[in-house]
Amino acid sequence: MSKESEYVMRTVEERGIRFIRLWFTDVLGFLKSVAISPAELEVAFEEGMTFDGSSIDGYARIQEADMLARPDPTTFAVLPWRPEQQVARMFCDISTPDGEPFDGDPRTVLKRNLERASEMGYTFFTAPELEFFYFADSGPEPKVLDRGGYFDLTPLDVAQEYRRQTINALEQLGIPIEHSHHEVAPSQHEIIARYTDALTMADNIMTSRLTVKEVALQAGIYATFMPKPLQDHDGSGMHLHLSLFEGETNAFHEPGTQGGLSKVGEAFIAGLLRHASEMTAITNQWVNSYKRLVGGFDAPVYISWARNNQSALVRVPSVKRGKPSSVRVEYRAADAACNPYLALSVILAAGLAGIREGYELPPEVSADVREMTQAERAAVGAKRLPDTLATALDLMEGSDLMAEALGEHVFNWFLRNKRAEWSRYQSHVSRYELETYLPIL
Amino acid sequence: MIAAVHPETISESLGDALALAGVSVKTTDDLGSDSGTVREADVLIVELGLAPLRQLREVARIEEMLALPILLVIAKEHLAILESSGVSADFVIAPVDPLEFRIRINRLVTVGDGDQVVRFKDLELNPLTFQATLDGEPMDLTYMEYELLRFFMENPVRVWSREQLLSKVWGYEYYGGARTVDVHVRRLRSKLGEGRASWITTVRSVGYRWG
Repeated sequence: MSKESEYVMRTVEERGIRFIRLWFTDVLGFLKSVAISPAELEVAFEEGMTFDGSSIDGYARIQEADMLARPDPTTFAVLPWRPEQQVARMFCDISTPDGEPFDGDPRTVLKRNLERASEMGYTFFTAPELEFFYFADSGPEPKVLDRGGYFDLTPLDVAQEYRRQTINALEQLGIPIEHSHHEVAPSQHEIIARYTDALTMADNIMTSRLTVKEVALQAGIYATFMPKPLQDHDGSGMHLHLSLFEGETNAFHEPGTQGGLSKVGEAFIAGLLRHASEMTAITNQWVNSYKRLVGGFDAPVYISWARNNQSALVRVPSVKRGKPSSVRVEYRAADAACNPYLALSVILAAGLAGIREGYELPPEVSADVREMTQAERAAVGAKRLPDTLATALDLMEGSDLMAEALGEHVFNWFLRNKRAEWSRYQSHVSRYELETYLPIL
Repeated sequence: MIAAVHPETISESLGDALALAGVSVKTTDDLGSDSGTVREADVLIVELGLAPLRQLREVARIEEMLALPILLVIAKEHLAILESSGVSADFVIAPVDPLEFRIRINRLVTVGDGDQVVRFKDLELNPLTFQATLDGEPMDLTYMEYELLRFFMENPVRVWSREQLLSKVWGYEYYGGARTVDVHVRRLRSKLGEGRASWITTVRSVGYRWG
C-alpha cells in the first residue's frame, strides 16, 4: 500500500469518516459518485471498485460494461457542507478490468495530454473565472434574485452571503479563491480560483461547480452554469488563464519584449487561434452555448488576439512589474458548462501544436472587432467562431488534432451524442417561432 | 532505553542478550500493572518460567492497561498456551538469539514510541496518525499538504528551494513541476489562517523557510 493510501486510511479512521465518495466524470462533464464505507476502502485502493460502465454517458458498450474506479489518494478531502455526517471524497481514474487506463475517462484523456506537454518539457497551469447565476428555483422560467450589476454591493447583492459560504467551503476543500464578485447581469456571480496545475484544476472546477450548487441548495435557491439563461443579459463563461512552465521558469515570459511575451507564448497563442474553431464544440458543448457567443454582450465572437481588448478571443492580460511568473494567456470562449478535462485537453493540444509547428502569430487586433465591418474583419483575418453547435461539430470532425487530443473513443462518441442533441433541437418549435409567426402566417 | 525484566532470575541466554542489546535492565518479580518498575520502563521483557499461565494472564492485563511494548521469551513447549492466551505481544524463542533479540526490542520501541509529535506554537503534527491540529482543532489536509507541512516542521529555519522541496517532498516527476510548490505553500498558508500564514516565509528568488 502506498504512503498516500495509508494517509487516507489513517485519516478516515482518526477523523471518524463514515462514507467516502468516489468521484469521476462522464464524457459530457457530469460528476458521478459512488459511496463506499471505510471497510471497503482498502479493497478500493488495492483493486479498484467495479461498476457498470454502460450506464455512464460516453463510457462502455453493454458487452464491455465492467469498469474499475481507482481512487487517487492525493485528491482525498473531507466534504465541508455536511459536517455532521463526516463524508470525504476522492477523484478516481477509470480502468478496464485488466487494469488498462480507460480511453473514455476524461481524466485519463487530460493526463495523456499533460504527458505530451511534459515530453516537450512543459507543465501546464491554469486559473478559471467561473460565472454562474442564482435563480429562485430550477423551474423553466429563470427568476432572478436581484437587479445588481458588476461589483455592486448590498442591498442589491443579496447573494453575498451565499458567495461567502461557497468560498469558505472551497477553501476548506483546498481550493483557494482569488476573489469573487457580482457580475454584470442581474443575479450573476463570478468566482476566480488561484492558478494550479491543469489536472488539479480540472478536479477543482468539478468540485467548485458542485460546491456552488450545494450551497445554493442549502439556502433554498438554485445555482446554474447554463451558458445563456437570460436572453437580454450576458451569459456565463469560463475564461481560462493559461501558462506553461519549464521547471520554475514561465515559458511565456521574456524580458524586454512587449508585454513580456516570449516566442513560445506567441506560438501558443497562434495555435489557439488556428484551432479555435475546431475545439469550440468541446469548450462550448451545448446548443445553448452558442446563444452566448453572439454580438452585443461581453463574449468573444471573432477569432483574434490582443493585449488589452475585451472583444478578443485570446487576451494577454497586463501584469504588474516584477511579476514575470504571472505573464499568461487568457482564452475567453469556453463556458462553465463544458467538461473541464476535455476543454483543457484540446486547448493545451492547440497551443502545443503552435509551439511544435512554429505557427506565426498574426498581428494583434486592438480595435473592437465586433464594431468592424465584414470587410475590415476580413482584412485583419478575424474569422467568426462557429455560430451553432452543428457548425462546431462539422469543424471538429475534420480536425486530426482534435481526434488525437481526445482519442478515438471520446472523439467518436462525442460527435455521435452531440449530433443527436442537435437533431432533437432542430425539430423543436421554439417560443420565438410561435410568438413571431403564429399571429401572421 | 530502560527494560523492565521479569522475573528477577533469568536464563543465561537472556542475560547475554540484554547485555548485547545495551539496555539498562531493571528486574522485578512484580508483574502488576501498577508496579513502578513496569510503568517507568520503555519496554517489558517477560521470560516464561514455572508458572507460564499466571504470567500470561498478568501480561494480558498489562496489555489492557498500559501502552507498553512487551517482548516474551518463551520455550517452544509453551507456544500452544501462548496461542490460546489472548496475549498479542511479540516473542522470541528460548534460548535467545542475541542479535534477533536486539533487533526485536529496537523495533518494538521505535514503533511504540508515543511521542514523535512535532510542535510549533499551537500547531501539532503526529506522524504516526498523520494528523495535524491547530489550537486543538484537526486540520483538513490533502496528502501532499500534510507531507509539505511535516517536512517544514521537521526541517525548520533553513531555506529550501522549490526544486529541493519538490524532490524531497514529492519525490517523483509530477505533472505540476516546481510551480506546484508555490501552489501548495499558498494552500497551506490559507489553511493555517491569518496570523499564522507567515510561519512559512518566502525568501525572494530562493525559496521558502519554516519558522
